[in-house]
Amino acid sequence: MKIAVCVKRVPDMDVRFRIAADNASVDEAGLKFDINDFDAWSVEAALKLKDANAGSEVTAISLGPDVVQETIRKALSMGADKGIQLKVDKVPFDGLAIARTLAEELKSGGYDLILFGKMSPDSANGVVGQMVAELLGLPCVSAISSLEIANGKGKAKRELEGAQEIVEFPLPAVLTVDEGLNQARLPSLKGIMAAKKKPLEVKPAQLPQSQLTVRKVELPPERKAGRIVGEGAAAVPELVKLLQTEAKVL
Amino acid sequence: MTDFYNLDSTLSEEERAVRDTVHSFVDEKVLPVIGDCYIEGRFPKELIPEMANLGMFGANLPEEYGCAGLNNVAYGLIMHELERGDSGVRSFASVQGALVMYPIFAFGSEEQKRHYLPKMAQGEIIGCFGLTEPDYGSNPSGMITRAVVQRDGSWVINGAKMWITNGSTAQVAIIWAKTGDDKSDKSIRGFVVPTDAPGFTAKDQHGKLSLRASDTSELVLQDVRVPADALLPKSGGIKSPLMCLTQARYGIAWGAMGAAQACYEEALAYAGNRVMFGKPIAGFQLQQQRLADMLTELVKGQLLALHLGRLKDAGTFSPQQVSLAKRNNVSAATDIAREARRLLGANGILAEYSSMRHMENLESVYTYEGTHDIHTLILGQAVTGISAFE
Amino acid sequence: MANVFAFAETRGGEVRKVGLEAVTAARMLADKLGGGEVHALVLGPRGVAAKASQIGEHGADVVIVVEHPDLANYSPEVATATAADRIKAGNYRAAIFSTSAQGRDLAPRIAARLGVSVVTDVLSFDVEADSIVVRHPMNIGKVIATIAITSQPAVIAMRPNVIAPAKNPKPGRVETAQPAMDPASSRVKVIETKQGGGGKLDLAEAPVVVAGGRGLKSAENFKLVEDLAAAFGNAAVGATRAVTDDGWRPHSDQIGQTGRLVSPELYVAVGISGAVQHLAGMRTSKTIVAVNKDKEAPIFKVADYGIVGDVFEVIPALTEAVREAKKHH
Repeated sequence: MKIAVCVKRVPDMDVRFRIAADNASVDEAGLKFDINDFDAWSVEAALKLKDANAGSEVTAISLGPDVVQETIRKALSMGADKGIQLKVDKVPFDGLAIARTLAEELKSGGYDLILFGKMSPDSANGVVGQMVAELLGLPCVSAISSLEIANGKGKAKRELEGAQEIVEFPLPAVLTVDEGLNQARLPSLKGIMAAKKKPLEVKPAQLPQSQLTVRKVELPPERKAGRIVGEGAAAVPELVKLLQTEAKVL
Repeated sequence: MTDFYNLDSTLSEEERAVRDTVHSFVDEKVLPVIGDCYIEGRFPKELIPEMANLGMFGANLPEEYGCAGLNNVAYGLIMHELERGDSGVRSFASVQGALVMYPIFAFGSEEQKRHYLPKMAQGEIIGCFGLTEPDYGSNPSGMITRAVVQRDGSWVINGAKMWITNGSTAQVAIIWAKTGDDKSDKSIRGFVVPTDAPGFTAKDQHGKLSLRASDTSELVLQDVRVPADALLPKSGGIKSPLMCLTQARYGIAWGAMGAAQACYEEALAYAGNRVMFGKPIAGFQLQQQRLADMLTELVKGQLLALHLGRLKDAGTFSPQQVSLAKRNNVSAATDIAREARRLLGANGILAEYSSMRHMENLESVYTYEGTHDIHTLILGQAVTGISAFE
Repeated sequence: MANVFAFAETRGGEVRKVGLEAVTAARMLADKLGGGEVHALVLGPRGVAAKASQIGEHGADVVIVVEHPDLANYSPEVATATAADRIKAGNYRAAIFSTSAQGRDLAPRIAARLGVSVVTDVLSFDVEADSIVVRHPMNIGKVIATIAITSQPAVIAMRPNVIAPAKNPKPGRVETAQPAMDPASSRVKVIETKQGGGGKLDLAEAPVVVAGGRGLKSAENFKLVEDLAAAFGNAAVGATRAVTDDGWRPHSDQIGQTGRLVSPELYVAVGISGAVQHLAGMRTSKTIVAVNKDKEAPIFKVADYGIVGDVFEVIPALTEAVREAKKHH
């Protein structure tokens, strides 16, 4: 099987963010970056299929400046076979611009499966995979939480609100991966060393014009400080009173 | 993750990736079980396959023997992260890598290397290092374990070893024994002894108040016969086991700071949340001084280990340099752990927090692989030229 | 006059609350744009046409009804083709969806087909001369972006539960239409929609969410959370990642950075320590209550009201008190 996984480098979310001087972006100074969880689960899904289908090849693709090579190498260290960097100065917010650029690269790849994470936690839009599928005219199932592939066909589960969809689809297809599909393997130390020797192609890419402009980025209003109402079951009457009279939610 | 001096920026991408893998492994697999293991007094053996799969054993040995082929800074980072979990877990990896795989690599025949190293890297064969004896700790040269060559070339070994990590888990033991008639340490040689050989017994030592998540055993060899090819052919003299110790001590200099970092981070987080007299204790001058002192020693120790790693990679390091780092870092770590424990107050005596476990463990680390005092004398001799050992 | 398109999501032949939210939002946007029409599309099996009046009541001037026996389940390709064709033909200024599981799947497909971009998880919108400006949370909600959309139509998916469905009756003239493609020729086929356990109220729709964490100690103890939710009467049950990873609750119950983002009126955190990953999923709740035995737990930093105590004592007492309070309501 020939599988492509599109991966995105995002900052560690477990920090206090600061707004950059231009007020339209987050200050990157001091932030640590890595592949995002959803993309790591996509890579894992691709590798599981590779493990089960001898002769398969997994290609990790990332759009962005040279730093994204580290993210591609992360996928290579997990077990992907080759990498492609679509080189642009900056990754825009506009999902369509990203999708068009990726689709241009993917269309001639002859891939049986193209995998994306359901969303990346930074831009948090969750649209690129579906848009790429649409641009390539390929079947697409988004936010899958289980996957079976056999005989050129696939079956996946999608989590809905209080329900699940079971979906069937033919290959080739585009899938976006949700939490619960798998646990991403840690790169082995040998894998980390091997990644350096795997082919990583750098291709200059042209982003189309964005139709969206991020005007401003700001921190959300601080929640007003709350209080401990009391200890143990004895505090319950006071809490209920506050919920009724002060918060007015009861 | 604390990185006050931005040491990360001096690491290569591979070094950081190696650190990240072991860091995640410790967070996901070690930390959830280690408190209970420590109390129960058992080493989490169930982690061995994954540690092996990830390539943690003999990680700085060459790829041709099934190892990861990492540089020494990366090896140090592995030890740092493992000991951030627990000294017992790091001891397991130190023994397997630096004290079992390394001697086979350095002193073994090609057949021995090809037979043992890949399986040891995969965790299929676990080893232990038999140097220390009940009456010969700081003075291994005085060992009384003897190996006597037989007419057919095989050897018969008699003796006892003590304080042997992995002793009761291991399938092989690297046993150091005198092969000459006199008491000289020049005749010390290394043997790869299967632990199921008749006459070989390993017994766990009980009642430990430190390094409890680790197997520590006594080994007794009573007329243990091994074939000629059990001898590590290139071994000879006390220098051989000491070279192994230098490898292990290097890893320990890193590991100690991993334990220290765990304690410092735990103390810092706790101080930020624990409120007393209306404010977090992190706002009180005495606690800030504790934290500042801990951080300073942590950064110093990490810089020492990192530079030592670069020297080792350049091929220019000396055992005395390793002594300085092991001595400083373990001593500093014991202080950091103790101060963290104290900052945690009453909570600090609970197994739920890691500082006291690290504090207790580090007492063993202070004593093993060359006690603090022995390294003091190594340094003293190195700079004065005068031996003060006796 | 600028008209606005709305997608009225259905499931099992019923219009979902998020569908009415999309119509309400479209109505608001159309009014901001100068009072144009709202045209809402609804797809479903035979009988869904009867729901058109509901959609009209919430502000739709026209309800385009596409009924087909093969649309008992969601059909992404049919919905995409049908909606995209209609949006193109109708020259709408904007197209409004919900950021529901279905909306997340559908809105980007339609946008790509139309050659325009899309912003999901939108909190609010405003109109300027030549752009529609929306607010969208990024970096797990730690940062809010203001984004100007210049394309036409502006494709927007609203965050569930931020715009309440509002009755604003409009003609709701029904237009019957055919699916833009034969559902049988769809490559992607939803073969089943399985109702999940618990079913009742969805996390994104419920005004009250009661969530449980590791502090409950075992899957069986989740009964305490369920009882409290039942006492509120209008509450959904959620869980932390630790708990769903351990298999005590299904993944779809997980509230957090990689799970569901919820914004209820009232969020009750039971035995939850308040890890960053979890806070990311519920920090925009209007009122947060936390019950935890550890008074240093980070959850108390975001909670409006906290009780420090044993959940096994406090929650039953709270359940009883809420039942009483509801009785006298």
